[in-house]
Amino acid sequence: MGLFAETTIVNKPLHLIPIPLDLLTGRVLDLKTRGFRLAQIGAARRGDILDLTYSFGKDLELVNLRVEVPARQARIPSISPVFWCAFVYENEIHDLFDIEVDNLAVDFQGHFYETAVRYPFGSPRAPLAPPASLPGGAVSTVTAASASTP
Amino acid sequence: MARTIIPFGPQHPVLPEPVHLDLVVEDETVVEARPSIGFIHRGLERLVERKDYLEFVYVAERVCGICSFIHGQTYCQAIEEIMGLDVPPRARYLRTIWAELSRLHSHLLWLGLMADAMGFESLFMHSWRVRERVLDVIEATTGGRVIFGSCKIGGVRRDIDANMLSKIARELDAIEREMRQITHVFLNDNSVKDRLCGVGVLTDAEAHTLGCVGPTRRASGGGADMRALGYAAYGDLDFQPVTRQEGDSYARCAVRCDELFQSAGLIRDAIRRMPPGEIEVKVTGAPCGEVIARTEQPRGEVIYQVRANGSRNLERFRVRTPTFANLPALLKLLQGCELADVPILVLTIDPCISCTER
Amino acid sequence: MAYFEMSRLALKWAFKRPPTTRYPFEPRRLLPGSRGRLVLQKQACVYCAVCVRKCPTRAIAVDRHLKRWGVDRLRCIACGYCVEVCPKDALFLAPAHAGPCVTKDFDYC
Repeated sequence: MGLFAETTIVNKPLHLIPIPLDLLTGRVLDLKTRGFRLAQIGAARRGDILDLTYSFGKDLELVNLRVEVPARQARIPSISPVFWCAFVYENEIHDLFDIEVDNLAVDFQGHFYETAVRYPFGSPRAPLAPPASLPGGAVSTVTAASASTP
Repeated sequence: MARTIIPFGPQHPVLPEPVHLDLVVEDETVVEARPSIGFIHRGLERLVERKDYLEFVYVAERVCGICSFIHGQTYCQAIEEIMGLDVPPRARYLRTIWAELSRLHSHLLWLGLMADAMGFESLFMHSWRVRERVLDVIEATTGGRVIFGSCKIGGVRRDIDANMLSKIARELDAIEREMRQITHVFLNDNSVKDRLCGVGVLTDAEAHTLGCVGPTRRASGGGADMRALGYAAYGDLDFQPVTRQEGDSYARCAVRCDELFQSAGLIRDAIRRMPPGEIEVKVTGAPCGEVIARTEQPRGEVIYQVRANGSRNLERFRVRTPTFANLPALLKLLQGCELADVPILVLTIDPCISCTER
Repeated sequence: MAYFEMSRLALKWAFKRPPTTRYPFEPRRLLPGSRGRLVLQKQACVYCAVCVRKCPTRAIAVDRHLKRWGVDRLRCIACGYCVEVCPKDALFLAPAHAGPCVTKDFDYC
């Protein structure tokens, strides 16, 4: 009924409910009272915008909320007061994407993922480092000596 | 009372994969556990920028060594859904057989590790001896023991002929007999029950709010099995999710033992109903769109969020593995437990840390 | 009194021969179809380099002029993609044990 009739199962097209950031916590609380559990929080970078997907599941149903956050001021409120288990996902997106999260229930201060490079998936405040080039594999049709024979 | 901090991991005989926990103990009782992960973070999600979507199946399979086939299968399902490909029925049945074989070997591996955590070495060796028979079946059909390499976008790469299918069915009978001997010890022996019963109780409501998935959730009563979504051939096969009510480590062990026999039954069913026909469809072009695909791994529900923009490389590939969802439950279980129960509790959620960290 | 549930299994296996193969004293039992070592049949190869382009780990190197085909054994994941795409069926995966390597170079043959 209403907005929450949109579901996604494997062989149906993806239904996303786009919501603005300030309405997020209210909608999440609503989903919790309807008996949904937190399935995942995912982040994806699309140019200058970070797409956050909050997925909630109940039995075989999956409801996805999509929040768009501008990459420059990536600051979101945590939903861990509602779902305590959200802290693992939020620490992960903080450590990988450099998104500031307020009010985390358990805050690892950036030490959840101990990686050699901080924010390996690109910080909004810095350009994304390209992945290292992969060596190996070569097709050479002409060697240097035979190339220049007239 | 003074508190001590004992570091557990990343190297520990009981852990299949490296995870670090700082256990804050007060005189043999663990008060708090602070996790630290990242020892096996390979950044596989960013490899989509370098490898095109067809060869990325090989990377998706290598996210995890234990649950590798179902990772490859979910990736193929996600891309097939974006591109609107119709996988032929024979390929779907073959994928189901391999997925259930993967579940068998994963649960047998876990049973062995649990016996090892309790100190029951001979039971550990026997579980893995039975697992070797399953791995022989897998190697004869796919060519690899752990990384199957048999899923591809649009179908499967190898076929299993009727001769081999009947051999698998006969071998399954022998495997099932031996599994009964082992699970009989797991479920009835007093020393096993002593270590598992009443340890790490998760109530139904707690397991739901903590976002648990898989056998960890179903052992507390309730919880869904994603195979009921009907992907691959599960829509045609008849099965019921295995649940228990007690919510302690014994219940989680019993759920996995019951799932062993359920998987063997599903394989037999799929072999009996195997349709003839093609094993792949031709794939042209590149995917464009976004999808969220879910399947049931041995450890629970895995969610793949894949976004493609029409080029050969995907734009975003995000995996939420079941162990990641069970981590908060682990931290909750460790609060207030005895120090000697820590290995049991860490293993009871079936941690697959290389999945968690990709 | 369910204390010795394991004894039946333990006794049975105490008097049986071990299920493991005493490798290397006994030969290793190879399953046909197992993916092990990439082998080139040199007479069939035309050095078209399709395998180089299709290899997911870039483990193959081909030199058309010098007529050399090499594989980096440590990079090869034995996936069999090159075997599938070779137009002359010159490659196959033998179910052999991948031998030890001492360098990371391409193994030319």
